[in-house]
Amino acid sequence: MVERAHPFMPNSAPPLKAALLAELGVKSAEELFDQIPAAHRFHGDLGQPPALASELELDRHLQALLRRNRPAAEAISFLGGGIWHHHVPAVVDEIVGRAEFLTPVWGTPSSDFGRNQAWFEFTSQLGALLELELVGLPVYSWGCAAGHALRMAVRMTGRRRVLVPAWMCPERRAVIDSYCRSATPDMAIVVDAVACRPGGALDPAALAAAIGPDVAAVYFENPAYLGSFEPAAAEIVALARGAGAEAIVGVDPSSLGICAPPGQYGADIAVGTLQPLGIHMHAGGGLGGFIASRDEVRYAAEYPTLLNSIAETVDGKLAFGLMLFHQCSYGSREEGKDWTGNSTYLWAVAAAAYMALLGPEGFRELGALIRHRTRQAAAALAPLAGLRLVAPDAAFKELVVDFAPSGRTVAEVNAALLERGIFGGLDLSRRIPALGQSALFSFTEMHDDAAIAALVQSLEEILS
Amino acid sequence: MSLRRYHAPVWDQPLIMAQSVRGRRGQLFPTNGVGAPDVPPSLARKAPPALPEIAEPDVLRHYLRLSQETMGMLGISLFGTCTMKYNPRRGEQLANRPFVAGVHPDQPAETIQGLLEIVHRFDQMLRGLSGLDQFVFQAAGGADAAFTHACLTRAWHAARGEAGQRTEIITSIQSHPCNPATAATAGFEVITLPLGENGYPTLDALTAAVSERTAALMINNPDDMGVYNPEITEWVRVVKRAGGLVFYDHANFNGVMSKIRARDLGFDACMFMLHKTFGVSKGGGGPAVGAYGCTAELAPFLPGPIVVEDGGSYRLETPAASLGKVREYLGNLHQVVKAYAWARAMGADGIAEASDMSVILNNYMEKRLLQIRGVTRSHAGQPGYRLEMTRYSLETLHAETGVTAVDVQNRMADFGIDAMWLSHEPWIVPHPFTPEAGEAWSREDIDYWIDVLAHVVDEAYRDPELVRSAPHNQVVRKLADTSLDDPAVWATTWAAHQRKKAARDAAAARVAAE
Repeated sequence: MVERAHPFMPNSAPPLKAALLAELGVKSAEELFDQIPAAHRFHGDLGQPPALASELELDRHLQALLRRNRPAAEAISFLGGGIWHHHVPAVVDEIVGRAEFLTPVWGTPSSDFGRNQAWFEFTSQLGALLELELVGLPVYSWGCAAGHALRMAVRMTGRRRVLVPAWMCPERRAVIDSYCRSATPDMAIVVDAVACRPGGALDPAALAAAIGPDVAAVYFENPAYLGSFEPAAAEIVALARGAGAEAIVGVDPSSLGICAPPGQYGADIAVGTLQPLGIHMHAGGGLGGFIASRDEVRYAAEYPTLLNSIAETVDGKLAFGLMLFHQCSYGSREEGKDWTGNSTYLWAVAAAAYMALLGPEGFRELGALIRHRTRQAAAALAPLAGLRLVAPDAAFKELVVDFAPSGRTVAEVNAALLERGIFGGLDLSRRIPALGQSALFSFTEMHDDAAIAALVQSLEEILS
Repeated sequence: MSLRRYHAPVWDQPLIMAQSVRGRRGQLFPTNGVGAPDVPPSLARKAPPALPEIAEPDVLRHYLRLSQETMGMLGISLFGTCTMKYNPRRGEQLANRPFVAGVHPDQPAETIQGLLEIVHRFDQMLRGLSGLDQFVFQAAGGADAAFTHACLTRAWHAARGEAGQRTEIITSIQSHPCNPATAATAGFEVITLPLGENGYPTLDALTAAVSERTAALMINNPDDMGVYNPEITEWVRVVKRAGGLVFYDHANFNGVMSKIRARDLGFDACMFMLHKTFGVSKGGGGPAVGAYGCTAELAPFLPGPIVVEDGGSYRLETPAASLGKVREYLGNLHQVVKAYAWARAMGADGIAEASDMSVILNNYMEKRLLQIRGVTRSHAGQPGYRLEMTRYSLETLHAETGVTAVDVQNRMADFGIDAMWLSHEPWIVPHPFTPEAGEAWSREDIDYWIDVLAHVVDEAYRDPELVRSAPHNQVVRKLADTSLDDPAVWATTWAAHQRKKAARDAAAARVAAE
């Protein structure tokens, strides 16, 4: 029994609690737990630190801890590789902070109307970016979206082998592997890696050698994890479809104002990340994933996601409802398509507002600026002794910098950069050992001339 | 009590795509020195994306209005199993500041010691609440934590040379659908036990189901009807004796916090929903966290990395036999910060009090609800106090008036009460509904909720059509009774809708012309 009422519990004031117990005719709450056998009950110390029930003390404690962080967003940072520091418009922050969107879980189609409209505007605008007409509600992340899409392809084709780029984001690849393994060995999906060219685009010869009548899907990325655009996207799609496989492309939506959308080069399924669409990194909590395809029954019938369709009310007004609900796990348990559950739906609202703010011109400017910064950085870094740029010409947002000529490890270079207040690129030597002492430096619209100059100057000092 | 004169805001906002005016801008980016984008010619985007062109203030007001057209927690939501409780705003605010929101997950550990310390401290606190030895937060929701368990089970048996042999996971028909669904995704066959007359499966059914093929049991307790299986420790023994792992889906933890611990009951692993029990905002369905915990024996198989304390500093480490990953990075860490803030604000006594309060309020509700005509309680063979939820049925109301649980749900929304939860599929109780009071709604709110239900039931007997045609005070009326499973009609995007509508209109015009 707490002595003072707890601010989060309106009925915890002792007289109020006593009145409720009196209503039930019991002396203490203990009597209400009589379903639980005495031997199951715990009576020891729960091992919790002292309560900080006053907001004042709680705030002091939390801030003391969190102020020890040095967030990348407040430093000069070149960390990317799957989650990036992008500009988040103030309007998006306000919208996702609205209690009506932030705190609920589920209402009726009538009482959730506004949220459902926002969700429909999310799928509609994302579909416009992708040039694909069927878009599911979000999944957890890009990796999870890719995993689900590969499983969709396996169900559609009845084949159990899929091809993925050898040099893809190891985090994403690890998720794909979890989605493809099976407790029943002959149910497993075989994930075969296809060799890549420098910069990460698929090696066409390796792909041609790997494709065959047993392949359910070819998964490729555009741009690739290592930054390169995939100039052969249309050819990859044609090759996959020629072999009866599904062509699945993973895309970063921040590229789509300038880069051909999946629909233009005929991809069957597109997956990717929501995070660049107005969502803070949140130490990894900013991830969200999407699955989209042509609007054909064959694809729709395999979606594991909830699908929010336009609908009509009894009086003919615009409304929204879930379609094909029976095929999700809520509708059919283990007979459903993979599973669904809580996902990243708040980020769908963020992305809807973000896409509406940018519009076609904003996405063009954003893509052009990211490409410009990447090329600008490449041009400034290229003359430095002690490093070598890998395939810089086709790079978007990510640039592979090989420090082999310097004889230094990435860890050493990054440690020296950190001393200068700079977060260097992702250490690829740990992620893709074949690339040696290379790092993946990310450049976005957040980098200005000064940030790139600071990097160049620091590397010059460190590598000299 | 007189009911509120509630009416939902109605803005009739056109879809954002229909508000476009050529040339308007909502965001600009620096263009100084930026030339024409030089993508490879094969990848040049042929047509600009068909996105709306709208000014910044108009985008803001559009989505503010849509937020107003979402009742959410401004009304009263007792959506059962989701534990609709208060989300303390201090945690929300701090998690949105750059020292959390601006962190890249691949930053060097020495630059995020504050965050890692919170993860470590919260791990310790969950160990205390469960008795287990290690928690991870990578799973991005409860279902993802269930998937984590399925993957861990796979790795565990493979490491014992039993890959391909232990292929069955046992659960009950009252488990959340994510348990069988994630087990099946991971390649397991699912055995679903039916309920006995006491509201939980019989021990005989379990004993008959286990074998040398048993990989794991995935079970909740109490289930989402507030029924506690008193034989659970025997269940654990039966499954372990057969060589399976036992996983505790603690989605319904709110009623038993501090009262029982997964480890003490013999479980190998459990999950807690930080977005339910631990006060984290739900976001309309995520980002969420399924905190997954297990014994030291299972810990080497956990997804990595995990946070390890080392002489007062914190580093990341991948467990020796890690199953890999169920999602990129460490998880929704901003939600872990909020959960930690909630748990610190509560303390051990507060957590125990919240459990008491949620059970008191549920039983208080039950007493009043069962006085309402047409409302009955599930499982007559289980007459005692339920825990934090009770499964009710409107079967009698439906038989006597034709009004369904969904009709009642819709009508209650006319008074500012958001959807009560009904039940997962399949409905083993006819016309079910399942409110959950939690600890954070005042008695006045609970009373109001009950008064509204009583009023709607009264309406159902007096004027059933009023209830069947509800809602009347909402943003829009109810959906037309047409299937959304028709490919000629369904549309998840505006482009698809326009194309299909044009096709339908053209077909109708042809018919008219003939």
